[in-house]
Amino acid sequence: MRVSFTEWTKSGSPWVWLNAGAVAISMIMVIGLLGLIAVRGLGHFWPADIMQAKYTENGNTIVLAGEIADGENVPAEQLRDAGVAVPADAEFMRRNLLKIGNRDVGGSDFIWVLDEFLSEKSKPEMLFAAERREWGNFYGYLRGLKENGTLVASHDGYQKTPEYMALWHDFQQRLERALSIHDQIKDIEKGAIGSINYELERLRLKQRSLELKGVTDQSAYDELDARRAELNAEYEVLQKELLDLYTAFNRDSLIAETAAGQQVEIDIGKVVRAFLPNNMGLTDKIGHYIAKIWEFVSDDPREANTEGGIFPAIFGTVMMVLLMSVMVTPFGVVAAVYLREYAKQGFITRLIRIAVNNLAGVPSIVYGVFGLGFFVYFLGGNIDDLFFPEAKPAPTFGTPGLMWASLTLALLTVPVVIVATEEGLSRIPRAVREGSLALGATKAETLWKVVLPMASPAMMTGVILAIARAAGEVAPLMLVGVVKLAPSLPLDLNYPYLHLDQKFMHLGFHIYDVGFQSPNVEAARPLVYATALLLVAVIALLNFSAIAIRNHLREKYKALEM
Amino acid sequence: MSIDNSSQMPDLDFDTPALQRLRKIRKAKDKFASAGIAFGGISVIIAILLIFFYLLYEVAPLFQSAKVESWQDGEQQVAPYAVPGNGNSLYLTMEEQAEIGLRVSDQGDIIFFNTRNGEILLQQRPALADQFKITSFALASEASRIFALGFENGQALVIKHDYKATYPDGNRVITPYLSYPLGDAPIQLGDQPLELLAVNGDEGEWRIVGGNEQALSVAELILSENLITGEVEAETDIIALPKLNLAANKLLLMPDRRWLLIDGAEGKIGVVDLKARNGAQTTQVLDASTGEITAFELLLGGSSLLVADDKGQVSQWFLVRDENNAWQLTKIRSFEAGSQPVRDLTIEHRRKGFATIDDSGTLRLFNSTAQRTALTAQLAGENADHIALSPRANALLMEQDGMLSLWQVHNEHPEISWDALWSEIWYEGYQEPEFIWQSSAANNDFEPKYSLMPLAFGTLKAAFYAMLLATPLAICGAIYTAYFMAPALRRKVKPIIELMEALPTVILGFLAGLWLAPFMELHMAGIFVVLLTIPIGILLFAFTWAQLPNRIRFLVPEGWDAALLIPVVILATLFGLWIAPGIEALLFGGDMRLWITKDLGITYDQRNALVVGIAMGFAVIPTIFSITEDAIFAVPKSLSYGSLALGATPWQTLVRVVMPTASPGIFSAVMIGMGRAVGETMIVLMATGNTPIMDINIFEGMRTLAANIAVEMPESEVGSTHFRILFLAAFVLFLFTFVVNTLAETIRQHLRKKYGSL
Repeated sequence: MRVSFTEWTKSGSPWVWLNAGAVAISMIMVIGLLGLIAVRGLGHFWPADIMQAKYTENGNTIVLAGEIADGENVPAEQLRDAGVAVPADAEFMRRNLLKIGNRDVGGSDFIWVLDEFLSEKSKPEMLFAAERREWGNFYGYLRGLKENGTLVASHDGYQKTPEYMALWHDFQQRLERALSIHDQIKDIEKGAIGSINYELERLRLKQRSLELKGVTDQSAYDELDARRAELNAEYEVLQKELLDLYTAFNRDSLIAETAAGQQVEIDIGKVVRAFLPNNMGLTDKIGHYIAKIWEFVSDDPREANTEGGIFPAIFGTVMMVLLMSVMVTPFGVVAAVYLREYAKQGFITRLIRIAVNNLAGVPSIVYGVFGLGFFVYFLGGNIDDLFFPEAKPAPTFGTPGLMWASLTLALLTVPVVIVATEEGLSRIPRAVREGSLALGATKAETLWKVVLPMASPAMMTGVILAIARAAGEVAPLMLVGVVKLAPSLPLDLNYPYLHLDQKFMHLGFHIYDVGFQSPNVEAARPLVYATALLLVAVIALLNFSAIAIRNHLREKYKALEM
Repeated sequence: MSIDNSSQMPDLDFDTPALQRLRKIRKAKDKFASAGIAFGGISVIIAILLIFFYLLYEVAPLFQSAKVESWQDGEQQVAPYAVPGNGNSLYLTMEEQAEIGLRVSDQGDIIFFNTRNGEILLQQRPALADQFKITSFALASEASRIFALGFENGQALVIKHDYKATYPDGNRVITPYLSYPLGDAPIQLGDQPLELLAVNGDEGEWRIVGGNEQALSVAELILSENLITGEVEAETDIIALPKLNLAANKLLLMPDRRWLLIDGAEGKIGVVDLKARNGAQTTQVLDASTGEITAFELLLGGSSLLVADDKGQVSQWFLVRDENNAWQLTKIRSFEAGSQPVRDLTIEHRRKGFATIDDSGTLRLFNSTAQRTALTAQLAGENADHIALSPRANALLMEQDGMLSLWQVHNEHPEISWDALWSEIWYEGYQEPEFIWQSSAANNDFEPKYSLMPLAFGTLKAAFYAMLLATPLAICGAIYTAYFMAPALRRKVKPIIELMEALPTVILGFLAGLWLAPFMELHMAGIFVVLLTIPIGILLFAFTWAQLPNRIRFLVPEGWDAALLIPVVILATLFGLWIAPGIEALLFGGDMRLWITKDLGITYDQRNALVVGIAMGFAVIPTIFSITEDAIFAVPKSLSYGSLALGATPWQTLVRVVMPTASPGIFSAVMIGMGRAVGETMIVLMATGNTPIMDINIFEGMRTLAANIAVEMPESEVGSTHFRILFLAAFVLFLFTFVVNTLAETIRQHLRKKYGSL
């Protein structure tokens, strides 16, 4: 059908189409953003092939080996300005970011290379990658193994031969041994010794508390001293055990050669994982991938949070959110029930409703400021004065911590729960309530047995939305309790098990901290994407379940109203 | 046969004692529940109100005026006591805790005394003072605790008063002592009596200027510590200065040891440049007062001069570089100090503040930066000769008629005034008055700059650019979704928008800072080209679509246009990015980013307002979208059916009927979106450089109120002025969003009521 241009514009349809475009752009933005995070976050764990190549720039040639981490097109002009000899006819050059690792050897573990200047690209099968506890990844060839400083095995070629593989397997066995010793060491240090230190600190506080109370009875002090001696003895034993383990742990080292030909000796104890990416089949790679993802969600961070896992951050987030929901649910529901069922409807309730609605729009940082001033310094300071005078001048609750963070976020999310619950309550038909009252039930009984059960999905929606909001909130937490690296989890085996006064790690803050405060942003970036992906996934899941519950609820009440 | 049913009916008695009891219990439970819920509900609401009042409570002390009262020692009020020692006072001061006072008399006695009762703790007298009369006194600075005495034989002695705190038996005992930082030996400045004297210096280098109106000389000292004996050795160099061409009452040497300020007779002040190219030289003689100068002191840090006169005028001066790059002593501001002659002026040791006392015995406390008179109080009758403030500025010592009295001063936050927060202030070392936020620095004599203007400006700038992106996208999108979109598609779009709203801002900020900012720097031209190609692409596609035969067009049900457009928008974007380098090469010489900085001369930061605008726009879109969509959807269908039935096109109906009805709702949506943009923290924190500048330039960053709180709050000292100002910033944010949201909410409620009747 042919339509003339004027007719078409007159009908107003260009505007309609532009409006449709706005929706399309918004959709693309959301989905594109999620896609970007997903691709970058998930890609990080895949064991990429390591490329070895010669790189010649301005006449200097070096041999490089590394993974391609990123790439971009740069105007040749810009390169010429920077003094790079670029072919005259080129307008754009492909530039790759190569992760070459070996920070202890070369100084930096990333390098930008121009694709055109790379020659003799190859993927040697025996080029191995080692993740280390410090200095980042290592890429190179295995040359030999040392035990207690003496060479026990070595190999010279670069090709995959049975002898070379035997050396590699020998290395893997030694690595497994070292890792199992490392686990034992960690168990002792974090577990047994951690408990002893914790108890010693408690004894110190007990003694100080006795002194403050002016107890002069010597027997009380003797008791503490006896226990302390006992703990110290235990500590000595553990210390010896540790010493032996450390000696065993430091037994082996490996000799490796970088792509450029430099020989390096690395303690096997420093290696977390070593693999031959170019020699891995698809199944191996998938196995490796899954293992890496598992490490990511279940392990502690390494190297200033730029490597390893984010388990403490997940744990801290969950802990904080759980505590927050425990606080926010009853209060939010009670406030909503009061507003809807008990308060006399009128000007005041309208005013309160507006106020509650608006609080959801108050910037979260304001809650953080309030939490810091009121909860931490005012409440916390007074609690310390009253209940923990023995720990002074070190604050117990008078410093940011888990409890205050949860409380602040509870305050932040209480409007969400109130609004959702109120909506649920308002949807319950009058007839249901009146029926219950007509049968002789009191108002409280009606509420408890009829209204609340019917409104419970609405409350649930409110709580889920509150959790989703709290999980993603960072600004207030920065003031009331989040830290970049918490030495221990807020829940452990030491009495009183749940440490409300402790600082904790949080996924959102982890993103901010690693992405922006980390000394090695380039290395940390993939991990930040992965963390972001996890956070988005959790929040999307929570939100979609809230939406599903709400929709289900609406259908149900529609049926009731019929 | 009759059947008597009644006899078979069970006998129902609702009034058995058991049931009565149950009823009572139920009633009690009901009452209890009512009370409990009312209590709980009201307390939650009170908790919410608490935020408002607590913020106010923390901010309020900023605006309290200062107080001064007699010093209370426990229950007892400290009574005035006779001035310890003999002679007239040359100098009065106190140590940190205000427990010990120091008095230097013109007889050469240096007396440490208990400030509570005047008991003399230590009295020392330099041997020189036994032989020669003291002719002058000079203070290096209050903070350094170093002063100099000039003698009639032309010698000067530099002395430091110091204190040692020990804790025998857990009680603090402060022991005063004197030391000689330039060595025990006096410095010979000439053979004339030293009627004028000034001293200043730091660790290793000192300058002393002394003499009389006829002849002045400078002693330059370079100190070194003898490694063997540990004694300080001074290498002294004496230079004669050219004769002054004005009468002089007092000299001041600035800490840079270059500028000598002269308190001349008849209200004149002179400036001498000691390091001028051809020897020392008087650069300026200024009229500072119409009367006689009565006090002449350097403010904390030594870069500002305070001049008080017998007309009750106090003014602040400092050196400002003029167009010819020459330093000019310039009058910066004057202070309201009544009309009585000022008798004494003393400066605070830690802040840019000072106190004056005038002939009528009125004490005034000032802050120079805020140009604020923090206190005016009638302390005594006439003849108050000297006043001195303690280092913490919480105690004041006053000498009057040979009696000393100790006063307690409460002056926590003098540096804040309306002007200090919101007006341009001429800070020390600046060429002109400016808006500056700089809350802390490494050195102690730093002048804190608490102008909230750059932060408020940054907040509005970020919000403005965010709204620029979000408002059209969100409103247009909402219009389409509510009015044209097929219900099936709408059910899919809405959850995605809700998800968009729930996305943590930390993720948006991280992407903006680490992905979008470098991307934009690289594809600067691409971004602007895409802004054109997308609408053009959409319109082209739409027009082509209209030309297609119905057979094809009807394949896509009505209201699914948006889905059709998704590939179009993606293609238009890719096309835009693809052609951008060519356009860039054609118009901007290959690199737009370079062109902006070089040809336009605009500063370009990688993390700039454009990045923030896009990222924060993303965060604001769903807020505006949802509310606008609700408002449009809530317009009764009968209205649009009526319009359509009268022959209007859907677009005409929308623009002429639906939109006017929904416009208050759309307005409130924009307001709420604005509220969100103003308070957003993480995006701005991560996607800008957080520099508090005042520049509307889209390619530069900013610092917002919220980001400023996040950056500075953790390291701010509890209860300090800085701490309270951050609370003030939070309070401003709170009030702003609360007012905006309340307005929006009221409009919405009003709207809902109106539709209810339709």
